[in-house]
Amino acid sequence: MSLNNPRRAFIAAAGAGVAGLGFTAIAPGLHLMAVGEANAATEARKAGSAASPAVRWGLLIDASKCAPGCTKCIDACHSENGVSEKLPDARQNSQWIRKIELVDRRNGRKTELPMMCQHCANPPCVDVCPTGASMKRADGIVLVDRHTCIGCRYCMMACPYKARSFVHAPLTHQNPEVPRGQGCVEACTLCVHRVDKGLQPACVESCPEGAMIFGDLNDPASAIAQRIASVPTTQVRSDLRLNPGVRYQGI
Amino acid sequence: MATLNPRNEEGLFYVLAAIGGLVSAVGVGAALYMEHTGHVVTGMTNQIVWGLPHVFAIFLIVAASGVLNVASIGSVFGKVAYKSRAPLSGLLSLAMLSGGLAVIMLDLGRADRLMVAATHFNPTSVFGWNVILYPGMYAIVAVYLWTLMERRMNPYSKVAGLATFIWRILLTTGTGSIFGFLVARQAYGTALLAPMFIIMSFAWGLAVFMIVQKTMFGWNGLVLHPEIRKRMKNLLGIFVSAVFYCVAVYHLNNIYFARNAEFERFILLDGGIFPALFWGGWLLAGTAVPLAILYLRPLSSIRGSVLTASILVIVGAFCLLYVFIIGGQAYPLDIFPGYDVRSSFYDGEINRYQPSLPEVLLAFGGLGIAFTATTVGVRVLRFLPQDDIAHLEAAGSITD
Repeated sequence: MSLNNPRRAFIAAAGAGVAGLGFTAIAPGLHLMAVGEANAATEARKAGSAASPAVRWGLLIDASKCAPGCTKCIDACHSENGVSEKLPDARQNSQWIRKIELVDRRNGRKTELPMMCQHCANPPCVDVCPTGASMKRADGIVLVDRHTCIGCRYCMMACPYKARSFVHAPLTHQNPEVPRGQGCVEACTLCVHRVDKGLQPACVESCPEGAMIFGDLNDPASAIAQRIASVPTTQVRSDLRLNPGVRYQGI
Repeated sequence: MATLNPRNEEGLFYVLAAIGGLVSAVGVGAALYMEHTGHVVTGMTNQIVWGLPHVFAIFLIVAASGVLNVASIGSVFGKVAYKSRAPLSGLLSLAMLSGGLAVIMLDLGRADRLMVAATHFNPTSVFGWNVILYPGMYAIVAVYLWTLMERRMNPYSKVAGLATFIWRILLTTGTGSIFGFLVARQAYGTALLAPMFIIMSFAWGLAVFMIVQKTMFGWNGLVLHPEIRKRMKNLLGIFVSAVFYCVAVYHLNNIYFARNAEFERFILLDGGIFPALFWGGWLLAGTAVPLAILYLRPLSSIRGSVLTASILVIVGAFCLLYVFIIGGQAYPLDIFPGYDVRSSFYDGEINRYQPSLPEVLLAFGGLGIAFTATTVGVRVLRFLPQDDIAHLEAAGSITD
């Protein structure tokens, strides 16, 4: 569309202004530019370079925006990571991310939110792993080394968020970038293979409501850090002092 | 008591060894099947991650530590009547440790990565500590047995006994702390579990020892001296009472905390099989009845009563461990306190568990390994406790 026409240019500018004002009213302190940055790609990690301890990747999930019944983040995650098995006993299926429906016992208020590995700064799964297969990368992403996991499931006993799954059966149709293995424990990797390429985690990218922000918690200029600094957010089971990298808003 | 005919006796030994070997082999076969197909053939899930094999393995490992109490009372605390029982106590410890560890290792998702477990060590993991504590236990008990059974090494038996005593206290502290260090689950995460597991090891180990001792004496046409029997049965009674005390404190403590009240209600009242096993299996059959048998005179003097009490203590042990391990996982994690929760991953639901045949066979395979090792061990080496009554009377250990 050409904006040479002064009338069209005025309408476009006015529309942008109204949208900006409206957004400012909805989310004071959060600017349009910040949202643009939040959805933009992060910086790719150079091949052969180590993850930076200066960075701490995290997620902010706005539960008030999470649409009831929507499972797009789950579908995107499981498609991206090749989590597709359907075992006869559904309790044995892996779930890297799940939707939890909450009802407040005091007032009946309903909320839905996605729950996954919370990428704790002090992860109990890493503490208890006998071989060190459960590990925290320098940039805060908690992972399982498929080569040294012996499948003892102690990390599953230790995780307060029930975020980990054990692979109960042989696997097919794997994503080559996301190796999984029968007899090993696994969980959300924060789409580390995408993050290292400068992309967003699949769940964040797929959310039609824009309920998830991914970014560097350590960078005060990042959208996620600014949002956390400006609105009340929650760490699930904050009483345990695990300092999760996944934060929630609206619960 | 009549002695078995030597020919029958030898035949019976081979039958028992064959049964033990068969049960062990079937257990290993079940583990190979699970290894091939994955844990999909078990009743374990992503909700109940540790199942029946862990109940059996933990019983065997805890009892393996506790059975050494008999040796410690002789070597460390100088009770003469127990000294002749130290070798059998050491053998039972090694046998049960073998059975328990075999089950734990064979249940791993990647049992083929044993070398990874041995070469990658995480010092913050209690499981990691156990990778050192368990093989160390083998080595220390083996040296201890050597000092007991090789006459030239006898002077070192007291030092070896003391080292064994300290090591097994550490080992059972490690086993209890596997659960004690779990921060998130209502059933676990208390420092009480380490001493509680030590006390449980005393009771369960002694119960196993009493059964084996009774069987060996019967096999050889011997009768345990009444004074020694009385001492050992009273000791078992004290240990069973101490377990009762610890378990009672554990549950009362949980009930006192409002955040754990619902969990306790589940385990003790509403939880179906778990309250049934707790009250009927552990408290009544595994604690109250054995205590009555051991302490009430008309019952305690009946022949076979101590054997019956010992068997019941072990039945109670399995019930208690089942409630503790499976029940502790069956109750849902309280991720959002104050909220009712629901999800496709069964959040907020009571998790069901039904062990499948392969895991039952694996669990019993551990018992089979312990049984076979004991049967062969007592056959080929001198493990039968030899009581020199005159010597014991002179030492004031017994009065007749």
